[in-house]
Amino acid sequence: MKMNKLTKLIVASAVSLAFAGQAHANRDTVQVAGSSTVLPFSSIAAEEFGNNFAQFRTPVVGSGGSSGGLRQFCQGVGTNTIDIANSSRKIRPAEVAACKENGVKEIVEVKIGYDGIVFASRIDAGIFKLKPEHVFLAQAAQVPQNGKMVANPYTNWQQIDKSLPDQTILLAIPGSNHGTREVYEEKVIIDGCKSFAEVQALPKAEQNNFCLAMRTDGSVVEIAGDYTETLARLQAQKNAVGVFGLSFYEANRDRIKVATVNGVEPTVDNIIDGVYPVSRPLFFYVKGEHIGVIPGLKEFAEYFVSDAASGFGSPLEAAGLIPLDDDERATILANIRAKKSL
Amino acid sequence: MTEMNMTPANDPAAENLAPLSKTQQTVARSLNRRHRQEKLFKGVGLGAVVISLTLVAILFINIFAKGLPAFWQSAITLEIYFDPEIIQISEKPVQQPDETENAFRQRFIEWQSEVGMVNFNRLILEGLSNVIPEASERKYRRDSARIVTSGERYALRDMVIENPEIIGQTKTVHLLTDANIDVWLKGNIDRSLPDAQQQLSPKVREWVTMLSEQGIIENRFSFALFMNPDSRSSLASAGLAGAFMGSLYMMLVVIFLAVPMGVAAAIYLEEFAPKNKLTDLVEVNINNLAAVPSIVFGLLGAAVFIGWFKLPMSAPIVGGLVLSLMTLPTVIIATRSTLKAIPPSIRQAALGLGASKMQAIFHHVLPLAVPGILTGAILGVAQALGEAAPLLLIGMKSFVAQVPTGPFEQSTALPVQIFLWQGNELRNFFEARTSAAIIVLLALMLSLNALAIWLRKKYEKRW
Repeated sequence: MKMNKLTKLIVASAVSLAFAGQAHANRDTVQVAGSSTVLPFSSIAAEEFGNNFAQFRTPVVGSGGSSGGLRQFCQGVGTNTIDIANSSRKIRPAEVAACKENGVKEIVEVKIGYDGIVFASRIDAGIFKLKPEHVFLAQAAQVPQNGKMVANPYTNWQQIDKSLPDQTILLAIPGSNHGTREVYEEKVIIDGCKSFAEVQALPKAEQNNFCLAMRTDGSVVEIAGDYTETLARLQAQKNAVGVFGLSFYEANRDRIKVATVNGVEPTVDNIIDGVYPVSRPLFFYVKGEHIGVIPGLKEFAEYFVSDAASGFGSPLEAAGLIPLDDDERATILANIRAKKSL
Repeated sequence: MTEMNMTPANDPAAENLAPLSKTQQTVARSLNRRHRQEKLFKGVGLGAVVISLTLVAILFINIFAKGLPAFWQSAITLEIYFDPEIIQISEKPVQQPDETENAFRQRFIEWQSEVGMVNFNRLILEGLSNVIPEASERKYRRDSARIVTSGERYALRDMVIENPEIIGQTKTVHLLTDANIDVWLKGNIDRSLPDAQQQLSPKVREWVTMLSEQGIIENRFSFALFMNPDSRSSLASAGLAGAFMGSLYMMLVVIFLAVPMGVAAAIYLEEFAPKNKLTDLVEVNINNLAAVPSIVFGLLGAAVFIGWFKLPMSAPIVGGLVLSLMTLPTVIIATRSTLKAIPPSIRQAALGLGASKMQAIFHHVLPLAVPGILTGAILGVAQALGEAAPLLLIGMKSFVAQVPTGPFEQSTALPVQIFLWQGNELRNFFEARTSAAIIVLLALMLSLNALAIWLRKKYEKRW
């Protein structure tokens, strides 16, 4: 008897495994992965979508950073690959090429809105009025001084500029798996770096490498995890200055305070007006091959950029997303409907 | 040594009688040092126990102090009038005798979408204006929309879908308040901070203070924590139901795969397998397998189950398979040691009375080994239940806002849910929520371990 039961169990398990192969063929849930900046917005859109469209299942949203998401996205076509990659930066040409090589030929780019990148410190730390060159001088391996490049001598913000607080330099920046990092480097570091005449004198090809080389004495920490990890770093070390998304800062205003950049405070209005320099568009990429195969994929993409989900007064705006303007929204919706590929 | 017995060093009478021999003197001199060493060792041991217990106590106190309040959540009691003016919907469809299941489902979904179009926020706003007269004023629209958490409008919708007859009636309902109101009332945000750093507007804070004094907003046991799946658009309704079901499906896979396979392998290796180089190799490798870090199984699972077998990502079936691999060596080792502990006389007696080897093992040895095997299996399952690392690699750390209805549907697991909540941006609310999830997981693990101990105590036989 015992033996029989045991055999039955084993056979049942084996059979269920065999069926597993079939079950995957009809996945009915949209699968999303990528940027942790887009994750909260994407999750809210997914949840609202599931609640409003009874005929579709709620999409599943994973994280892993923009690069991680796009890598997964470009793994190929098929129901065991993701349908949508969230990204806080534009897809790179190399990634498009990798996608094409693996058979992902239709990549529909969808812009969902904007987000600001802010520098924040602990509520009890000093007040920072940053300029891009300050941040560059704080994190670079070598800095220009009197026409020469010298190893970064700065250990305190006050050494960089008298207006900055008397605080040891400790900068917590997003790791290279985050799309935020790319925007941060492009709009803050390179911008600040190229304001020096010494850098402009360098050959063009070398400029970016020089600007992005980071000091390795522990004054700059790369955070591979989410913003919560950056926040934990700030809570442990009073001197730390962290890089956050505006929406994350908004949810934790009681613990951290933001720095102005070029004298501009990061607010939604300033970002919409383009006065605040460090903002970026947020995207997701839809796998065209999966449209029509995975139920709800096209509808989810359309719902995400609809005025109801991400316009002014929408749940996504309440969560901190800076909405698109109406013309842009109309173009993007048309792109999705036409499956306009990159 | 005989000398010592005759004149013990600690006997004062003996000391006076005869001078101590050289050996005795050495012993007497070293006595203090040796006693000191013993005391020191005892002290170090006791210290180690005290320190480890203190650390455990700190951990538990910390988790419980943070987590326990999250089992109660602030909710507002409102009289909701299901206004027929607002809820204008057609009749709830009933399946006709000549209608197919699919056609009816289609019709029902259409009707559900129609109910979904109703603005249930208006019902909530009207309910609110009964207790806060100024809530319906235009200038306070934004403030009054922030009292009740946004997911509760779906609770009202589901009430209507469930029973359309409530349209026209007034019901008393308890609705969860916004997460930030819970944070404010529990004092998890510094109330003295200036407006710019507060999450709630001054008006909302004024209303909330008033309503909580009147007892209209009060802490109620949070069923949402247990009944709801995770949520990000309505943070206050985020719950553990999805993660719990995901973990349950995974554990079922582990129980149905790892336990029978592990037990069968152990019986074969222990009772039937010839003792040679090959079985030695197998044995060594099973022990090695038990020592492999769990994250490695995750990588393996992602490559094999998702890459080759094309199983869906984020599905409990894949998680279950990976955890089965991880639990297998534990079950095999536990079963083998139980079988080893059964006295050989049982086997010999059975064989002597003419039973075949198979009969001897399955009729006589195995029944005696069952408690030990069960203990091993339960401990293996408990270990698998608490495992998060391999699941992160097979896509189970996704945000899933639905309760899975089968092992092939996307879901998370309890330990991963803890990880996800730990990463949520509304720290003030989710620090407590995370600790509450830890308490739930700990309670499950402890009850599994208690079950294992109880089974062992109840069925254990001593020889």
